[in-house]
Amino acid sequence: MKVKVLSRSAEEATRQRSNDIHKVQRNLDPSLHPFEKAREYTRALNATKVERMFAKPFVGALSGHVDGVYCMAKHPKKLDWLVSGGGDGDLRLWSLSEQKSIWSTVGHKAMVTGVSSFLEGERFLSCSNDRTVKIWDPSTYESESESTIAPIATYTGKNAFSGISHHRSDNIFATSGSTIDIWDHDRAEPVQTLNWGVDTINTVKFNQTETNIIASTGSDRTIILYDLRTSQPVTKLILAMRTNAIAWNPMEAFNFVAANEDHNVYSFDMRKMDKSQNILKDHVSAVMSVDYSPTGEEIVTGGYDRTVRLFNARQGRSRDIYHTNRMQRVFSVLYTMDNKYVLSGSDDGNVRLWKARASEKMGPRDYRERAHLEYSEKLKEKFASVPEIRRINRHRNVPKSIKTATQRKSIMINSRKVKEENVRKHTKPENRKERIPERMKAVVGVKK
Amino acid sequence: MVEKKKDPVLAIVPKYARGDSNKAMEGVNKLQDRKLKGTIKRREKQFKEAAYKAASSEILLTEEGGFLEPEGIEKTYQLSQRALHKEVDVSTAHKMFSLDLKFGPYSIDYTRNGRHLLIGGRKGHVAAFDWQAGNLACELQLKETVRDVKWLHNETMFAVAQKKYVYIYDKTGTEIHCLRNHIEVTKLDFLPYHFLLTSIGNTGYLKYQDTSTGKLVAEHRTKLGKCDVMAQNPATAIMHLGHGNGTVTLWSPNMPTPLVKMQCHRGPVTAVAIGHSGNYMATSGMDGQLKLWDLRSYKPVQEYYTPSPASSLSISQRGLLGVGFGSHVSVWKDPFRTKQVSPYMNHLQPASTVNDVKFVPFEDVLGFGHRNGMSSVVVPGSGEPNFDALEANPFQTKKQRQEMEVHALLDKIQPEMITLDVGMVGKMDQAPVQVLNKEKKEAWEAAHPVEATELKYRARGKNSSSRRHLRKKAKNVIDQKKVELLERIENDKKERAKRRAGNPDEPATALDRFSGKKRKL
Repeated sequence: MKVKVLSRSAEEATRQRSNDIHKVQRNLDPSLHPFEKAREYTRALNATKVERMFAKPFVGALSGHVDGVYCMAKHPKKLDWLVSGGGDGDLRLWSLSEQKSIWSTVGHKAMVTGVSSFLEGERFLSCSNDRTVKIWDPSTYESESESTIAPIATYTGKNAFSGISHHRSDNIFATSGSTIDIWDHDRAEPVQTLNWGVDTINTVKFNQTETNIIASTGSDRTIILYDLRTSQPVTKLILAMRTNAIAWNPMEAFNFVAANEDHNVYSFDMRKMDKSQNILKDHVSAVMSVDYSPTGEEIVTGGYDRTVRLFNARQGRSRDIYHTNRMQRVFSVLYTMDNKYVLSGSDDGNVRLWKARASEKMGPRDYRERAHLEYSEKLKEKFASVPEIRRINRHRNVPKSIKTATQRKSIMINSRKVKEENVRKHTKPENRKERIPERMKAVVGVKK
Repeated sequence: MVEKKKDPVLAIVPKYARGDSNKAMEGVNKLQDRKLKGTIKRREKQFKEAAYKAASSEILLTEEGGFLEPEGIEKTYQLSQRALHKEVDVSTAHKMFSLDLKFGPYSIDYTRNGRHLLIGGRKGHVAAFDWQAGNLACELQLKETVRDVKWLHNETMFAVAQKKYVYIYDKTGTEIHCLRNHIEVTKLDFLPYHFLLTSIGNTGYLKYQDTSTGKLVAEHRTKLGKCDVMAQNPATAIMHLGHGNGTVTLWSPNMPTPLVKMQCHRGPVTAVAIGHSGNYMATSGMDGQLKLWDLRSYKPVQEYYTPSPASSLSISQRGLLGVGFGSHVSVWKDPFRTKQVSPYMNHLQPASTVNDVKFVPFEDVLGFGHRNGMSSVVVPGSGEPNFDALEANPFQTKKQRQEMEVHALLDKIQPEMITLDVGMVGKMDQAPVQVLNKEKKEAWEAAHPVEATELKYRARGKNSSSRRHLRKKAKNVIDQKKVELLERIENDKKERAKRRAGNPDEPATALDRFSGKKRKL
């Protein structure tokens, strides 16, 4: 009779020396791992709870501005670099790692309406209601001798400027005001002036990938795209309400988002402007500023409702809301170039630094920790729609004013919907209007 | 022509597949939503890849299962332990042993990694030891009846069903808990992934006690009297009870009634065992029958008989069925799928009665407690050759044990999740909208109870217009109108009192008690 019996030796299954790592023999046979799904669910639930427990997004407030902060600019290549412009003409350069102002000057006689960085060194541009645009170079001055700071160049326009944007690589920049002016660094007068029947233009933004395209928003509820190669406007889009800010997608050159006065952010494809690609809802007041993450996957918005919201660019509802007791209306937001932090500049004169993912642990992580976090992330994704996990994941403590406003808004929207349906129901079929898709409702018209 | 070689891994992929990929992909191509379509397709591809990779990792499993291969006219069931002793290596020969103890009959239990053994004699003798190394952890003489013993989640703690209550001891033999809720328990079991200690006894109550929080999770009245047959389904954590009327009932902590009731035998059920995969169940009864059931259809698949009623059953990791009857233990190989004519192995414990049969996990060993002690015999091919060190590690160190304990507690499955269908969590609820809405409403109402508002008894008639008029008048001025008003109020009062008192000439009736004030007689 042939006989074989299991006989393991401890030497084979255990480590030989105490310095060795323990031997871990695996057998992936599912029958040896019962309750797989239930255990995974438990892990997902725990991971979700832990994530909410560690959600402490506020990193610090950069104080220094006396008036509100109405514009900010990041540098395309420097992580530590941030410039902000205040309501009293104050300009400040910040070191984000030290969380302090390293250079400042009162650069304008009126409110600074726009700042813009460009690739060349530490230089940046600022524009103001005092009808000037100035180029500054913080690196040439000592921070103490504030009184002697003078701009490298000053350009004077006919009217107040409302926004500024620099070309990605060339020495040209665009300003908005009563018209859009294209300036060369070396010329005192604008080299081009663009207008399509708009009185006041709020903002102007150069596309940083398709570098000849400019987007601008007008106070007559329009968004106009221009092409510098032909010096002609490309498209004019009229929305139901005014657009406050625009951000180009850094990865998909043809996509941009528009922060609208009607509490929503609309994303558009510049080739098909007759309907928006996505609507980001959740703010309860006008959205004042918007910025894309450098990956193009995330969007940060700042609102008149004194909150900062973070969106997944492809989803319709915000994934997080940031607020503090002292933060007032948020007029400018930025996503840092390392995709890890967001910045908000608000009425109360502070620039605030937040984590982009509220519960993320900063600093180096070893392999096992990283593997564990990736595993829990995947589990959370797998069970995201289970009611218990969804409830914990979505829950946020928000200020009372936001909560009541949200409730009021949802009641209003619902009653409007009910009314619309009732009207439809009591209209003769031949007179019934076609239903307008949600994504087309805000679009009044497109001109080419 | 060279024939294309088929990938040998593909044959074992189905073992590792989670669900049917073809079924999941049904109708995906007809979907309108392109994003959803893409997501489903990508995910299915990932699942397929994962199953393939898991299957290809089988090459790393070095150990092969044991076997007995008869040559010529040899029969495996004729092979005695003594003959086998000569054939096997020294370390395996050490695993054949017999303990002669006076306090029997003995019930036994092995830890999940098969390393530690716990024995409990009816007359109060309890001992816990690492049976392979031969290290005794503790030995107790409790001086009262011990009906069953059970390891908890690892070898540091065990539960003992004693004369009246269930006690929990640590590995040094110190009593750490007395569970006074569990009275006259005959059988104990432990659900390791849920940290639930279950007990059944003379009172017929099935109780679930959470050993991590100490809470009594559920107690179910079986209404079927005294019970001493209990087994857990290792794949679903459903408890199976065998009763005196020949039924086997299936229980979860969430339902006060059995999930399933099966009429299995014509006499009392004597033993129940459930296979590792949770698909097969073996039952034996006083009618001498040994029946094998498919738990997916709840139908018998094979029927055997034992010369005397089987006292204990056990199914090994590789599907061998151990049957203890009288002084015999017989082992059946592959008894579920095909009807076997003869057992795989036989063993006789002379002048004794077998009480409790248990296969050892990850070993080719069968242990059994009997009237005169406990014995351990070698059954080649019973244990799973390749263990998973993160699930149950026979060679774990103290540190690994502690780490595993913490992880097991973190991953503890809530008792509410015990259902017949283990894949239920995360599945879409396909009930109609009305049912879902009703459930939602009920859940909301349960979470927001309406506070019982206290009824306010407002005194009526205190604020009539005439009274208000009187109040507003200056108090010290008496005029005609005021006098009239006071008179009218006084008259009204008298009238009301009269009305309430009723007519004194009429006799009192039973209905008078509802008329407000007591009637003056």
